[in-house]
Amino acid sequence: MSVIVLVEHTGGIIKKQSFEAVQYAAQIAKKMGTTVTALALGSVAATEMEGLGQYGAQKVLHVADSRLNDLHSGAYAGALIAAAQKEDSKVIVTLHDIKGRAVAPRVAVKLKAGLVAGALSYPDTEKGFVIKKAVFSGKAFAYVNILSEVKVIMLMPNTFPVEKLEGKAVVEQLEVSFSEKNFSVKIKSVNKVTGEVPLADAELVVSGGRGLKGPENWGILEDLAKELGAATACSRPVADSHWRPHHEHVGQTGGTIRPNLYIAVGISGAIQHLAGVNGSKTIVVINKDPEAPFFKAANYGVVGDALEILPRLTAAVKKFKEHHQ
Amino acid sequence: MGLSFPLNNINLKNEKLIMRILVCISQVPDTSTKIVLKNNNTSVSSDGVTWVINPYDEWYALIRAIELKESGIATDVHLVTVGKADVEPVIRKALALGGDEAIRIDADSNDPYEIAHYIAEYAAGAGYDLILCGKESIDYNNGTTGAMLAELLDIDYIGFATGIQVEADTAVVTREIEGGEETDACNLPLVISCQKGVAEARIPNMRGIMAARTRPLKVITPSTITAVTEMLSYELPPAKTGIKLVSPDNLDELVELLHTEAKVI
Ligand SMILES: Cc1cc2nc3c(=O)[nH]c(=O)nc-3n(C[C@H](O)[C@H](O)[C@H](O)COP(=O)(O)OP(=O)(O)OC[C@H]3O[C@@H](n4cnc5c(N)ncnc54)[C@H](O)[C@@H]3O)c2cc1C
Ligand SMILES: Nc1ncnc2c1ncn2[C@@H]1O[C@H](COP(=O)(O)O)[C@@H](O)[C@H]1O
Repeated sequence: MSVIVLVEHTGGIIKKQSFEAVQYAAQIAKKMGTTVTALALGSVAATEMEGLGQYGAQKVLHVADSRLNDLHSGAYAGALIAAAQKEDSKVIVTLHDIKGRAVAPRVAVKLKAGLVAGALSYPDTEKGFVIKKAVFSGKAFAYVNILSEVKVIMLMPNTFPVEKLEGKAVVEQLEVSFSEKNFSVKIKSVNKVTGEVPLADAELVVSGGRGLKGPENWGILEDLAKELGAATACSRPVADSHWRPHHEHVGQTGGTIRPNLYIAVGISGAIQHLAGVNGSKTIVVINKDPEAPFFKAANYGVVGDALEILPRLTAAVKKFKEHHQ
Repeated sequence: MGLSFPLNNINLKNEKLIMRILVCISQVPDTSTKIVLKNNNTSVSSDGVTWVINPYDEWYALIRAIELKESGIATDVHLVTVGKADVEPVIRKALALGGDEAIRIDADSNDPYEIAHYIAEYAAGAGYDLILCGKESIDYNNGTTGAMLAELLDIDYIGFATGIQVEADTAVVTREIEGGEETDACNLPLVISCQKGVAEARIPNMRGIMAARTRPLKVITPSTITAVTEMLSYELPPAKTGIKLVSPDNLDELVELLHTEAKVI
């Protein structure tokens, strides 16, 4: 009856967001009077898996097949279903991210299980199994009730603070037989953006819009990002004009991010831009126009010329860091 | 591909290959719609809502399908939507961009499993080589339909595609991965969810709009299945309670606030 949670890793190192998913699953398990079993796929070190005990997992099932180091949605789903069946799990948790979105929907239809994509709350079991999620690109929330016996929850990353406790999980190998067909997607090349904080995972993001005037002014934005350890993002026209690479474009038609801090510099705050960033916990807006719509969605604002403010803010952050070493 | 004879004996250049694409189209409120709740917050008001094709479906999935047809790779492009009669203007608009025919599956649902089930039931016997959908619908923001379809049809799935090429019976797809991009090859049939990069937006021209009027829009009734989720109620986000303005001459204060008050640095 344990709650099963799929954990993700990058080159064997378990993702921070997966700690959050394990802890989330542990809370649900506690309420149900059961335990949490994590599922790890591919080449992961035993110590990494044992460490999941610190977030509430009693046990880790490990499918060591190295083909699983890359995402193969059918194989991942097969492994997750095998693990859920072994543990007789009625609740299955994944992250609402690239991998989770390829795997959880497959598992859900296979098990005829109701699914909530992008869960923002623990299930409320008073009147069923009700979970909150964002709809209309953050303009509203919906409360979704899962009616089926088996439930699949895709947790929105960065929703709950992660707390590290004591504990060590027991690792058990799980054999799953895959068909060749599960690996019909052949990877030809991988192009990783190196040396930068990946935007989707970043806790701090500094983002620039057309107000920065041109690509030549991005150096001062990058300086601030570097000082903060933040990732960089941009508005759509900035990516469309090739001032910045496309993967930095956030909003309705670009990426959706939910960092702890989003600093928007020279971005007007159009509704389509907000759709990609309105889940951010704290928003700082720097804009020379006090009427810019973004100020309505912001927690903190600075009215003024970004080209002057950015270097000063970088210096202020630097000074702060020196005092808080 | 929809071929029933062995491929190794034929000259691919001379044979006319059949390559059928199905594009999943969902109707959504225009992005600038103000969300208004009604019936004690149990539903979203459709008063004054402008309905549009889900941007990912229109700009990326549909346009790429049309491009593949224009370049002679695809032979048929069909559009499918799950919805009641009121979605027909939007599917007509999609036909005006291109596509040979549209299928409306007559059902009203916001349960992802139910929608995927209806599309899969239709597509199962229809011999599509490629099924394209959007990365997510901007109303319920699930991004789950494509993977569900792949599972129900027992075929492969590539999500978050940023580029799609088709060569003979193989699709070469670039897709977003964590912190970068990856290029994959996969035999057809295949389900792909599309996002930015897959195609460049275009607008329907008058000829397309006229032609769309004569293109068939078939309506089919699905078998009934039971939904596994229900939307109980909605809620609007609380208004941000007052912004704190900081003087550009006192950015130390901003940093201090981010540390002590917002606790983000
Ligand atoms: C269907 C649809 C989808 C869309 N999807 C997206 C999307 O995904 N992402 C997205 O971002 N946009 C999207 N857009 C576009 C969106 O509507 C806006 O046009 C866009 O976000 C504006 O970008 P911007 O704020 O950088 O530029 P602008 O609107 O030009 O704003 C520039 C801002 O900079 C300020 N400024 C100027 N100079 C300075 C200075 N020296 N110092 C400080 N501030 C200064 C100005 O006051 C202004 O507020 C979409 C539009 C549509 C119709
Ligand atoms: N009612 C529908 N009819 C047809 N296709 C749909 C429908 N709902 C979703 N889709 C397709 O599935 C994609 C992802 O939607 P979703 O999983 O709902 O976020 C959309 O971009 C569409 O291509």
